[in-house]
Amino acid sequence: MGDPEFPPQEPLGSQEDQDTLDVQAMRSNLMGWPQAAENQEMYQPEEAQLGTPQYLSPNVSFPAGYQPQPFQEEGDAQLPLSTNLMMQQLQQGQGTFFQHLDSTYQDPRQGFPSSSALYSGEEARFEGAQQGPYMQEDPAYPFLSGDMGYVPFNMDLPEPEPRELAVQNAKAYLLQTSINSHLSLYEHLVNVLTKILNQRPENPLSMLEWLNRTAQAEWFHPKLDTLRDDPEMQPTYEMAERQRALFVRGGQGEGEQEMEEEVGDTAVPNVMEMAFYFEQAGVGLSSDESFRIFMALKQLVEQQPIHTCRFWGKILGLSRSYLVAEVEFREGEEEGEEEEVEEVVEGGEPLEPRDEEEGEEDEEKAADAIPKPTWKPPPVIPREESRSGTNKYLYFVCNEPGRAWTRLPHVTPLQIVQARKIKKFFTGYLDAPVVSFPPFPGNEANYLRAQIARISAATHISPLGFYQFGEEEGDEEEEGGAGRESFEENPDFEGIPVLELVDSMANWVHHVQHILPQGRCSWVNPMQKMEEEEELGEEEEKADEGIEEVEQEIGPPLLTPLSEDAEILHMSPWTARLSCSLCPQYSVAVVRSNLWPGAYTYATGKKFENIYIGWGHKYSPDNFNPPLPAPIQQEYPSGPDVMEMSDPTVEEEQALKAAQEQALAAAEEEEEDEEEEEEEDLED
Amino acid sequence: MDSESLLLSLELASGSGQGLSPDRRASLLTSLTLVKRDYRYDRVLFWGRILGIVADYYIAQGLSADQLAPRKTLYSLNCMEWSLLPPATEEMMTQTSVVKGRFMGDPSHEYEHTEMQKVNDGEKVFDEEVVVQIKEESRLVSIIDQIDKAVAVIPRGALYKTPFGPIHVNRTFEGLSLSEAKKLSSYFHFREPIELKNKTLLEKADMDPSLDFLDSLEYDIPKGSWSMQMERGNTLVVLRSLLWPGLTFFHAPHTKNCGYIYVGTGEKNIDLPFML
Repeated sequence: MGDPEFPPQEPLGSQEDQDTLDVQAMRSNLMGWPQAAENQEMYQPEEAQLGTPQYLSPNVSFPAGYQPQPFQEEGDAQLPLSTNLMMQQLQQGQGTFFQHLDSTYQDPRQGFPSSSALYSGEEARFEGAQQGPYMQEDPAYPFLSGDMGYVPFNMDLPEPEPRELAVQNAKAYLLQTSINSHLSLYEHLVNVLTKILNQRPENPLSMLEWLNRTAQAEWFHPKLDTLRDDPEMQPTYEMAERQRALFVRGGQGEGEQEMEEEVGDTAVPNVMEMAFYFEQAGVGLSSDESFRIFMALKQLVEQQPIHTCRFWGKILGLSRSYLVAEVEFREGEEEGEEEEVEEVVEGGEPLEPRDEEEGEEDEEKAADAIPKPTWKPPPVIPREESRSGTNKYLYFVCNEPGRAWTRLPHVTPLQIVQARKIKKFFTGYLDAPVVSFPPFPGNEANYLRAQIARISAATHISPLGFYQFGEEEGDEEEEGGAGRESFEENPDFEGIPVLELVDSMANWVHHVQHILPQGRCSWVNPMQKMEEEEELGEEEEKADEGIEEVEQEIGPPLLTPLSEDAEILHMSPWTARLSCSLCPQYSVAVVRSNLWPGAYTYATGKKFENIYIGWGHKYSPDNFNPPLPAPIQQEYPSGPDVMEMSDPTVEEEQALKAAQEQALAAAEEEEEDEEEEEEEDLED
Repeated sequence: MDSESLLLSLELASGSGQGLSPDRRASLLTSLTLVKRDYRYDRVLFWGRILGIVADYYIAQGLSADQLAPRKTLYSLNCMEWSLLPPATEEMMTQTSVVKGRFMGDPSHEYEHTEMQKVNDGEKVFDEEVVVQIKEESRLVSIIDQIDKAVAVIPRGALYKTPFGPIHVNRTFEGLSLSEAKKLSSYFHFREPIELKNKTLLEKADMDPSLDFLDSLEYDIPKGSWSMQMERGNTLVVLRSLLWPGLTFFHAPHTKNCGYIYVGTGEKNIDLPFML
């Protein structure tokens, strides 16, 4: 509470001073209600010695801020004034028992005391009305009695009357402090009303709720504890710390040298420029996000031996998103870990059929031969080498700038083939399993990598002429008709005018190799590998199930223009626009893919760039139909030892029995005949 | 998103990758002010952008004082000239539900759809192939209506209901706290409630009738059709709908900023159950 507005004063002798004093006292009494609980003030029920109401002259010295001006705004302006004055008069005869109390108000205004007087002050003063103790709460109470001023008072010494008690109870209840703070309802109401009177808004009734809320907010605003951190904000502060680390330069005092190094060629791409051009097209992240990505890429370049780096795009996920960077390591800097992992995997697979064969051989020697499974797993197509085909670039992902970059493994053809059959959202966690049918061989990191490979192959385009084939190219025949694999930048590229780029799709070419249905960019005959496996196997009944003549798969060669792309349902797979139709001279050409929604390319002059921001799925006009499960496999080959034979019926058995008996009887007869013959022979 | 805070809202919603180019932004700021004046709307929302093959539609909506009253939808091809769209009717919805594929971008384009209709010819009843022409404008209207009914989002506390009936914007909305913002139950559908009556008595007892008068997102089917993320270092909550990919809702906790925008092809993601 603030300083007491009215300093405690000694009771003075003179009447006028007494007036002043009393007025002050009265006012402080009125407004010092919060202190009532502490200072049990004694009210002096007095007799109203009211003759004609005396109007105070303006010369009476009142405490600062107290202006006895009539309350203009309300219709019953006279009434509060008169009650005010009457109360003042009441005090005149009073003793000096008033204690000067602190006031909670800083700017008491004239109307206020009357309002409070109406509700709480009067009751204490006017004992006259013979109503029950709770009549005082009735707002109309002061107006009930016909003549306002002529209410008798007792001049007795203070004794807590039931009315007094009721009033004090009511006050005590209002002064109850709430759980959250040390503020009570009474004080709050006082605040709100003060605020209204200070600010005098128009139409205060309709704003009452708002005023209530703001007054509350000002008091209940949680302050930061000096000792304890706000637990809710903890993750926010952590992220902020991590991102701060991005901005801090890793310099150890050798500022100048570093500047020179950085100004030279770095692998870090100019993300801000890319963001600017894409913003013209209405695509891309906000500029501060782009800057943070730039800093994160810079961090990546410092940590890994990177030759070229590019911001590939952002793939949205369910709980987190992925920021993808496409990098190329420096020559010879290939990490050994990846290859070791691959060897283990590949070593495992040729071992398995061997074990099967050996096991089966043993079984053969045993008495009963267990039927051998006729299913052979399809040949595993080897993945492409690093730096070629689908594995031309390495990809690093992170969830948010500031977090660590994780490297994605190389993609295998099987993963690409399976990824084409399923459609799942990314969760944001790289080790999450991909639950689908047909089962995906790998976890989310592999699925992500497969989708990145597909998107790159389908949507990375460049203006015609930017890239060209190198001059030293082998014959196409040598490479098995797979086409050229490498290209280089054309130093003589002069740029194509933006309008032409937008008009015709023939001015754009793919510069990433198309992925064949096999899952690779360069075709590999799976039969060759099978033959090798056959040699390893022994005594297997290799039913030559027709080593099928596998046709070589051919895809469109590198640097094919977009006009050759297949249509989707009579719709062109690409949409090209100018970025701004209002100023065509400075626009950039923007191409949007309809097949992979979220893939954009811009080109202007000699610059171009691709980006992908989206969920990572292909657009298909039809609904997704998961493949049906395979038919149930045959367990055993049909044969007499496995086949179920029908049991003979009763007639058949009886017929058989009859036939057997007959045969037996016939045999016995023959024997008897023979015996008789022998006997006869013997007898002779 | 509110046209008053367009720039900030676009910045906050940019995490999904699609936004507006600077020239479009400038045109929108000017034209939406004029729209508000001409049509005497209380609030004008920039609803979003539907990508067509030839051109894109920019959609805006005008609200009257009652926030839940039917809204007027306007479209434009260049963010400058706006045309009013007719309100959606049931008939329109059923008629356009057969159209599939992308939007063309030309409002007068007509889709042809062949239907087998039974034609009574005297006493014979035979099927005849009837070619029905469906205008792209009606398709646009019904798609916008569907998206609004399905995935328009507003945080709890941003609107309040008065006993007199109309729903007002809550000017004392201070934003959700961080813990509240991470729960799906703090977000409501910005449309007439459907599920409210089905709540149990226990649930109703906890609800505040002035604030909880809309359906919450928690009970959406299929479960998990909303993706909630924190962006910008945990200072922004972004909700993305998986049923209508392209709808992004953002809210900065402890501040008043919230809004949603749709930038997409205008096609429902029917494969959602397979993808979750």
